[in-house]
Amino acid sequence: MGKTRTTSGEGRERQRLPARRFRTTSPAALRADSVDGGSLLAPLLGLTDQAFSDCPDLADGAMEKMSRVTTALGGSVLTGRTMHCHLDAPANAISVCRDAAQVVVAGRSIFKIYAIEEEQFVEKLNLRVGRKPSLNLSCADVVWHQMDENLLATAATNGVVVTWNLGRPSRNKQDQLFTEHKRTVNKVCFHPTEAHVLLSGSQDGFMKCFDLRRKDSVSTFSGEATEAGPREWAMAGWVPVLPVLSCRILRLHHSFAHGPMQDAESTANDARESWGCPLYPLGLCSGPQAGQSESVRDVQFSIRDYFTFASTFENGNVQLWDIRRPDRCERMFTAHNGPVFCCDWHPEDRGWLATGGRDKMVKVWDMTTHRAKEMHCVQTIASVARVKWRPECRHHLATCSMMVDHNIYVWDVRRPFVPAAMFEEHRDVTTGIAWRHPHDPSFLLSGSKDSSLCQHLFRDASQPVERANPEGLCYGLFGDLAFAAKESLVAAESGRKPYTGDRRHPIFFKRKLDPAEPFAGLASSALSVFETEPGGGGMRWFVDTAERYALAGRPLAELCDHNAKVARELGRNQVAQTWTMLRIIYCSPGLVPTANLNHSVGKGGSCGLPLMNSFNLKDMAPGLGSETRLDRSKGDARSDTVLLDSSATLITNEDNEETEGSDVPADYLLGDVEGEEDELYLLDPEHAHPEDPECVLPQEAFPLRHEIVDTPPGPEHLQDKADSPHVSGSEADVASLAPVDSSFSLLSVSHALYDSRLPPDFFGVLVRDMLHFYAEQGDVQMAVSVLIVLGERVRKDIDEQTQEHWYTSYIDLLQRFRLWNVSNEVVKLSTSRAVSCLNQASTTLHVNCSHCKRPMSSRGWVCDRCHRCASMCAVCHHVVKGLFVWCQGCSHGGHLQHIMKWLEGSSHCPAGCGHLCEYS
Amino acid sequence: GGRDQDEELGIRIPRPLGQGPSRFIPEKEILQVGSEDAQMHALFADSFAALGRLDNITLVMVFHPQYLESFLKTQHYLLQMDGPLPLHYRHYIGIMAAARHQCSYLVNLHVNDFLHVGGDPKWLNGLENAPQKLQNLGELNKVLAHRPWLITKEHIEGLLKAEEHSWSLAELVHAVVLLTHYHSLASFTFGCGISPEIHCDGGHTFRPPSVSNYCICDITNGNHSVDEMPVNSAENVSVSDSFFEVEALMEKMRQLQECRDEEEASQEEMASRFEIEKRESMFVFSSDDEEVTPARAVSRHFEDTSYGYKDFSRHGMHVPTFRVQDYCWEDHGYSLVNRLYPDVGQLIDEKFHIAYNLTYNTMAMHKDVDTSMLRRAIWNYIHCMFGIRYDDYDYGEINQLLDRSFKVYIKTVVCTPEKVTKRMYDSFWRQFKHSEKVHVNLLLIEARMQAELLYALRAITRYMT
Repeated sequence: MGKTRTTSGEGRERQRLPARRFRTTSPAALRADSVDGGSLLAPLLGLTDQAFSDCPDLADGAMEKMSRVTTALGGSVLTGRTMHCHLDAPANAISVCRDAAQVVVAGRSIFKIYAIEEEQFVEKLNLRVGRKPSLNLSCADVVWHQMDENLLATAATNGVVVTWNLGRPSRNKQDQLFTEHKRTVNKVCFHPTEAHVLLSGSQDGFMKCFDLRRKDSVSTFSGEATEAGPREWAMAGWVPVLPVLSCRILRLHHSFAHGPMQDAESTANDARESWGCPLYPLGLCSGPQAGQSESVRDVQFSIRDYFTFASTFENGNVQLWDIRRPDRCERMFTAHNGPVFCCDWHPEDRGWLATGGRDKMVKVWDMTTHRAKEMHCVQTIASVARVKWRPECRHHLATCSMMVDHNIYVWDVRRPFVPAAMFEEHRDVTTGIAWRHPHDPSFLLSGSKDSSLCQHLFRDASQPVERANPEGLCYGLFGDLAFAAKESLVAAESGRKPYTGDRRHPIFFKRKLDPAEPFAGLASSALSVFETEPGGGGMRWFVDTAERYALAGRPLAELCDHNAKVARELGRNQVAQTWTMLRIIYCSPGLVPTANLNHSVGKGGSCGLPLMNSFNLKDMAPGLGSETRLDRSKGDARSDTVLLDSSATLITNEDNEETEGSDVPADYLLGDVEGEEDELYLLDPEHAHPEDPECVLPQEAFPLRHEIVDTPPGPEHLQDKADSPHVSGSEADVASLAPVDSSFSLLSVSHALYDSRLPPDFFGVLVRDMLHFYAEQGDVQMAVSVLIVLGERVRKDIDEQTQEHWYTSYIDLLQRFRLWNVSNEVVKLSTSRAVSCLNQASTTLHVNCSHCKRPMSSRGWVCDRCHRCASMCAVCHHVVKGLFVWCQGCSHGGHLQHIMKWLEGSSHCPAGCGHLCEYS
Repeated sequence: GGRDQDEELGIRIPRPLGQGPSRFIPEKEILQVGSEDAQMHALFADSFAALGRLDNITLVMVFHPQYLESFLKTQHYLLQMDGPLPLHYRHYIGIMAAARHQCSYLVNLHVNDFLHVGGDPKWLNGLENAPQKLQNLGELNKVLAHRPWLITKEHIEGLLKAEEHSWSLAELVHAVVLLTHYHSLASFTFGCGISPEIHCDGGHTFRPPSVSNYCICDITNGNHSVDEMPVNSAENVSVSDSFFEVEALMEKMRQLQECRDEEEASQEEMASRFEIEKRESMFVFSSDDEEVTPARAVSRHFEDTSYGYKDFSRHGMHVPTFRVQDYCWEDHGYSLVNRLYPDVGQLIDEKFHIAYNLTYNTMAMHKDVDTSMLRRAIWNYIHCMFGIRYDDYDYGEINQLLDRSFKVYIKTVVCTPEKVTKRMYDSFWRQFKHSEKVHVNLLLIEARMQAELLYALRAITRYMT
């Protein structure tokens, strides 16, 4: 591996070739020559002339050749390490010499050149000379010419553009001073291939193009030009390009694809005419534009289109200019919301321009199409101060921010969420970044407000992807489950797939890896989706329940009954049972006649309790192991038959038989983990043993049940009654018998309590546990519904945070199912402050005018533009503020009440359009 | 008959005092409610919907509806929309800020609002009755109002690291924006001589009608004649004089415009011009020390008269130079505010833009005038008083364009608004319209707000890095 110096020296030699060739084509005198008055524009003219004669081939050809040659230079290898050096003052900008061995740092009180050596930066030259500090040296930007190692330009905060010639023998290297800008100059930029052309962009809204062989600017471009039109710009007092040049350029137009040609030609004609007018000095009469010019934040010559440059503005616009046509820009579009701080042309791709803005975004635009097309968008965490494409990596760019965030990021624009690399060396905001060599992607230089200059090596960068957690899990609305995990993990566990995905189907998506991408694979995951079985219905019960439950507005007993009925009709008998129990507990016994109780169970027999048992058990048994609707409906059918029966014992037996004889295979019931859990749920709430759920095995569940059955001080005979089926259950050795048992025993207990008339407070703990149980199960709907229905009775037992959590979960679910009305009702009924204030947020309703489709911002009901009322009632001819109903056939409508009333009497549209409206 | 009945019921009927929304601007010059155009009407409607009132500030600001719209939107967002601080805190901070300048008008308005949103009336007995957290803000309020350049990151750290009384960064930014907003608004209130609202102290009287009829007619008529006669006569006498003023100003602007490019001052000259302007601005003060309007009960509780701008200037303390090219609102301040208090950065940014760029291209009786130079001079002069320097501005222009009486007015409105008198208001730019003087006030308050914000936000940035 050769030393940097020698190899790069050789490369330099070769690199210079095209430049030389270029110079020879230009008949112009050297910069040292004094400009003779006769040919004011001779230098630039000669150049354009020449370019014109073999245009576009020459310019393009030369550039292509150059890039090829410099690519060849890339063969030499730069060496170095990650290092930094302390500067005396904060840096505002940096720029690299084309030999990749020197870097210039400029700031308010620093202007130095450093040599980049193997191990360190070495200060080579201090360009701030002279005793008196001058604002001309307070640099906002600095740029090093990419063809001439001796040429630099700086932009000063007081509006001066200074050029520096390192070849000057004196200590003071200052070459020329341009004081044409009236405000701070934000950016300077050399032409990539032309030795003498410098462009500047300033706060005063103007861009100026300087020929370094002349004392003042060649042309001025105004950000307002497009709006102003050719005549105004001439009057606004800029130096126009002489007609001679313009005429020549006119013929050049064929070489430019941008912009419609006719248009361009006519403007040029206008412009020529306007030169006949005397130029007004920039005086008081120059009109309102002067104050409104938007400051220019960045200017960049296109690397591949000889005449093109881009400029970015404080108001979010980006303009594309042809250097020969200062009267109007070729194209303008709004790129960002707020100032566009920076832009950078893609070094290889002709049409790509990256822009960065205060809105924290980096956007990549394709400028080759007729309208600039946004190709990529990267969202960063802070405003983007600088953006620089990474050499040799087509999709990579580096960014830094001017506020809050001190790091430098390198993004792959195709992966806009995680930066590909991150440099964290700086302690204050980074103000300048530059790739050390135009064909070496591994060295990045940066200057910062923390007064330091850094060289970053790509291999030392921290890679956020490494810290990323590429696992994710999400439930779909209808019970689908998607998860993403590292591919290695998925592969390892795929053996278990068939086991979990019994009747569900995993679908795999795998991203194809791009081998060219250095970080691919580090954070890539495989995505698997498990769908619920088609036709399984999934969450239908949830929607139905939500819609049909009654939560308020009626006595408690009625609410409970209603909800129990709803739950039962949906086949959710455990829930139904719970509602019934709640009614028993909380409604004073005097108010609830036994007959009513029985009725609620759907049976008018003399013995209510056993019936309830039977009902309960019948329903749960099938519900347990079944996951499909088929099974469920079968269970329903069975419970229906049971309901018609009158004897409890009979039912129990029948149930036993049925279970044994059912077409659900016994081993399935036993083997299915979920089924077993379900049994436990059944046990758990009704026995009020919240500590139970750890027990997963049915064998353990049995003894537990014994204990519970024993504890309540119920009458002996009831307990006996409860015991007998239990025994039979254990003998049968079928898991599905468990609930039979539990419901029996519990009901007996509650019956006993009911008899002895315990106050509802006694059940507080029980009910609380029941709510927790449901919530834990994922049935937050039940928890919230009960909470609302019982209101004060239970609220005190449950801590605020839990309640809030339940409410928000339920509301979230409701909104996912678009049950807006229900969700709103729940919000309204909730007592938690955090929840009820949900209704107070974003209460604004934005309306668009029905005629011009514009938002009606200032006044709600009348459009500012077309001065019409938005929605008039066809009946009363007043503005409808609120519910508006309209006919989908003729689109007339009005107040709901009015239309309803109208349509009672007539079937024709009230607007008189003759349409036969229908109200359904 | 009705009045008799009310009196029998013991109801005292308040009667309005004063002659309209502003003490400085004759009522007939101010837009009458009912005669506004559609845009203004919409603004009034918005303002009424947001605040439940149409206050005198709105009635005066409506001279410039474009600005008023942005102003109301921002204020509404700060006080009523989503934000890190609870509603009563926001109004209380408004009271604290307005009380720094003994602005009883704003204090009264916000005392009502504070109580309305459920604030604890005890807090109104003084800052020491408010929670510790708000008390901690007192120091920042004081420094921000009078010497914002003294704010350091230690101030910020003190607020953010006070254990259970700590402010979060988002809360602090909200508070800082509120403080600066109300400091500036106090400037506007005094600068335009806003009259007290009828429902507030000083806005009405309970004198018996017979007596008050007599008194008010007498006093107000007398006042009117006293106020207007001398002005008129002064105008008559010096009409040519003041006409000449405008002409001279325009001539100066023209000259500056033309010779700007030719005569280039040296760097040292430019630097010293800024320093001179900064130093001189310390001594620009009205010679007549008229007594201040008596402070209202509430604002008295918040006073700390030991600390004010004037004290400082007498001691001749040095104001360090703040270079706007190193920390400016557009690049830095905006990003910080929007990061910590989303959307507000955008709103304030718009407001600054509108205020800075607002122009009708008129100057007194002249039309089609480019006033950008004059507006920039005013803006930069205010920032200069706060030590904020623009590298690309020639501070010599200020001396050319702003005469002494105007400087006195600017200085007083921005630094010690409570000392503004009608005489000051009348004595600058005599030929200019009232709407133009209100326009000047808008520039003053926005420039002041931006200056305070820049210092506060820079300290926060320094704390964060």
